[in-house]
Amino acid sequence: MQPFNILIIVCLTYVVALFLIAFVADRRAKRGQLGWLRSPLVYTLSLSIYCTAWTFYGAVGYAARSGLEFLTIYLGPTLVMVGWWWILRKLVRIGRSQRITSIADLISSRYGKSNLLGVIVTLMAVIGTTPYIALQLQSVTLSFAVFAQGTSGGTTGGDWGASDLNAAALWVAAGLALFTVLFGTRNLDANERHYGVVTAIAAEAVIKLFALIAVGVFVVWGIADGAGDILARIDASPIADWDMKPGRWVSLTFLSAVAFLTLPRMFQVMVVENVDERHLATASWAFPLYLFLMSLFVVPIAVVGLDLLPQGSNPDLFVLTVPLSQGRDGLAIFSFLGGFSSATSMVIIAAIALSTMVSNHIVMPIWLSVAQQGATVSGDVRQVVLTARRISIALVLALGYAYFRVSGGGAALAAIGLISFVGVAQFLPALLGGIFWRGATKIGAAAGLLTGFVLWAYTLFLPSFGSSFILPASVLADGLFGIGWLRPQGLFGVSGLDPLVHALFWSLALNTVAFCVGSLSSFPKPQERLQGAQFVNVFDHNPNSQGWFSGAAEAEDLLVMAQRILGPKQAQDLFSRAAEQQGKAGFLPDISQDFLQRLERELAGSVGAATGHAMIGQIVGGASVSVGDLMAVADETAQMMEYSSQLEAKSAELGRTARQLREVNEKLTDLSVQKDAFLSQISHELRTPMTSIRAFSEILRDGGMSGNERERYATIIHDETLRLTRLLDNLLDLSVLENGQVELDMQQANLQDVIERSVMRAGINDRLSIRRDPAREKLALFTDPDRLSQVFINLIVNARKYCAADAPELRIEVRDQVDRIEVDFIDNGAGIPTKSQPVIFEKFSRLGDHRAAGGAGLGLAISREIMNNLGGSITYLPGQRGAAFRVSLPIDPTVVSDVNQS
Amino acid sequence: MNERREPLFLERESYRQRRTIDAARLLPVLGFLALCLPILWGNSGETDSARVTSVGVIYLFGVWIILIGIALVLARRLRRIDADQGKPG
Repeated sequence: MQPFNILIIVCLTYVVALFLIAFVADRRAKRGQLGWLRSPLVYTLSLSIYCTAWTFYGAVGYAARSGLEFLTIYLGPTLVMVGWWWILRKLVRIGRSQRITSIADLISSRYGKSNLLGVIVTLMAVIGTTPYIALQLQSVTLSFAVFAQGTSGGTTGGDWGASDLNAAALWVAAGLALFTVLFGTRNLDANERHYGVVTAIAAEAVIKLFALIAVGVFVVWGIADGAGDILARIDASPIADWDMKPGRWVSLTFLSAVAFLTLPRMFQVMVVENVDERHLATASWAFPLYLFLMSLFVVPIAVVGLDLLPQGSNPDLFVLTVPLSQGRDGLAIFSFLGGFSSATSMVIIAAIALSTMVSNHIVMPIWLSVAQQGATVSGDVRQVVLTARRISIALVLALGYAYFRVSGGGAALAAIGLISFVGVAQFLPALLGGIFWRGATKIGAAAGLLTGFVLWAYTLFLPSFGSSFILPASVLADGLFGIGWLRPQGLFGVSGLDPLVHALFWSLALNTVAFCVGSLSSFPKPQERLQGAQFVNVFDHNPNSQGWFSGAAEAEDLLVMAQRILGPKQAQDLFSRAAEQQGKAGFLPDISQDFLQRLERELAGSVGAATGHAMIGQIVGGASVSVGDLMAVADETAQMMEYSSQLEAKSAELGRTARQLREVNEKLTDLSVQKDAFLSQISHELRTPMTSIRAFSEILRDGGMSGNERERYATIIHDETLRLTRLLDNLLDLSVLENGQVELDMQQANLQDVIERSVMRAGINDRLSIRRDPAREKLALFTDPDRLSQVFINLIVNARKYCAADAPELRIEVRDQVDRIEVDFIDNGAGIPTKSQPVIFEKFSRLGDHRAAGGAGLGLAISREIMNNLGGSITYLPGQRGAAFRVSLPIDPTVVSDVNQS
Repeated sequence: MNERREPLFLERESYRQRRTIDAARLLPVLGFLALCLPILWGNSGETDSARVTSVGVIYLFGVWIILIGIALVLARRLRRIDADQGKPG
């Protein structure tokens, strides 16, 4: 049998096997027998759709043309995977917690569930990916052609004409569409993984890896003489003359790293199809290893191909032609299957990713706005979505095929891989800004995306069609409108750059600038800020922080809608579970915030965040988030801190109050004790004179005594009444002073005179010596000298009475402060114990048991009241060894009059 | 004695975890620098260029496999850390 016929049979068998694998995997998943379906190995292998046919065939060609530069395409993703803790971990977490369905959904959801952004990203992704799909179709048809050419005189053999190639491409496209529709649109919920597809992809990953390694091993140990020989051949081959271009090296490493993050199909397998975040840890080293193995034999194959095959043969197909030229048809067929796998797996995933985006961000919004009653009409929306998705898949593949036909499959197509990379790289600022910067806004993202997209199209995409297509040659040479600064490959007069590096630099740079400026100068809506906080702080927040104002919504309406999107069974399950959690029976839970959030998340998993949000919005009505809600949830941490500092302040305040209360209580207790003591004392004070008055007046009444005696008794009675009167006078005086009813006789006075008079009137005997500095006492005052003197006398008398020193001494020190005069009375006695200091100025306060002193404990209280009335103060001055009192007097007379009036 | 050692051990453990995360963040940066080295080869002269290509192949693949090895070690530790952090509370 001819190799070509064998190829057809093998190919068909392989396709059938793939269908079977996908079918079995789906069946197992449906039965819940996940097992190895959700192992990190499958996840890692599914990532290998990064290695498309462009890699499988193209890497060798790339190496033959540009030496080691091809490695950059694999080193970039290696760095991203190795640095997974930076970005991928966050992306996957966000993807899972927000039930993201595609990269368009991520960006739309981050920026306030904006459908505008969803549409922009979707269109950009479609435009960027379509040529790439065309490239896959081309590689498959080219590889078919290789076998057809290699077969002489076969039934289908001979040189393939263009029509045969086109027919092959059409068949491949149709077959892929069928497969993708069958296994990619089984369920609506993107978060219910496509186990069948992913498993088939993983199987294909194994095939392509082994195919390339098999060819490599054959080349190294079959044709060449082992590793050493290969290294020698490398140095001897034309590849050794490759020209290292530093700019391209760094740019391409960066570009491939970026594309690895932003390619819709990579996002699909990496984030959307991820079943377990921990798989990422394994993939962080396993996927670079996969890339390593894929690249290991590229250079040897290229070297040997250049060596063995005639000049001018296409190096892109060395992987096939080298084994064929050595008569290894089996190996060649295996290799062909590898290339076929690479192409099909990429196309399948890309079609799924794009169709999800198109149906969620373009078809559904249109359908929602066209359908009159919106989300509440009856009928199965699921069918609409699924149909939209299926048509989208067919459309994407049709576009790819059309592109393949239009571009003619020429050399232009070979370069499309990198062009496509630069196109999707435009998502980067919006993506990274969205997950790391809370200040990024919708306006900024849209501005950045559009700027980047336009520049990419102008500087790279349109020129790639050649000078005749769309962009006329004159524009390419002289710039738009003949302005040299607008030359597509030399913007702003910068020329001499590699066109790709040039386009990458300008598009991404201006994209980033537009993104930042747009974000900085616009103000986000509450919904945006809320989403921003959730995305950026995905590791801190628990996922429940979206707000819906419930009330208008009826559980039944929601159920009707949910049934049509999630399917009756899933929706009813969801509702009854929620009802059960709320402690209710039946299918209709209370419409709580919590429930609405969960429902929206479920819907978002099926139709995307923006559409899900819009559907709930139609039923619930009104704005979903208020600024108040936003403040309540977005700044949870700040709020917690504020709250705790508030608590702290409150507890400090409480502590202060408690301390004050305690002090007051102590004072009150002391006062109460004093009052009791005073009452007993005053009754005693009153009784003693009363008793003698009564006794002596009885004696006088009885008569029968000498005149001398009578006089003596009458004098005693008189003295005792005087004593009583004095006591009562004091009490009266105090009460007058306290009520502020006293009349002061304010006049100019000299402090020295006042002190002089006080010392004299205090009746100092020899026991107490008084030390003064008369020179400093010469100060003019405006005060009531009699009252002031009363205070001084009281202090001097106290010192005389209570100072217990052997040689009692009282110092009177006068100090002239700026706004007041201070007069200190300091004796050399024992002083007043700290415990008693707070109460000495209280009424009836008498310290210790100085009964002998004979006062009623009103002196200091009266002094204080007098000083208050004079606008000054009297305080106890602790720490002077003896008892010390400071009288301070105001200099400014207005203060005095103020106090007087009040 | 044992009671006193335990908190010390825990502290050291979480310190190690944080440094492991630092290492994971550092790795791609170091990798990028190492992989950018070839751009300095450009001007090595034509006579050397032949020799450089095979050396370059060995160098690049060597750096690559070392990166993979370090990533493997880090991934095992990080997965444990992630699991620890994932626990509620």
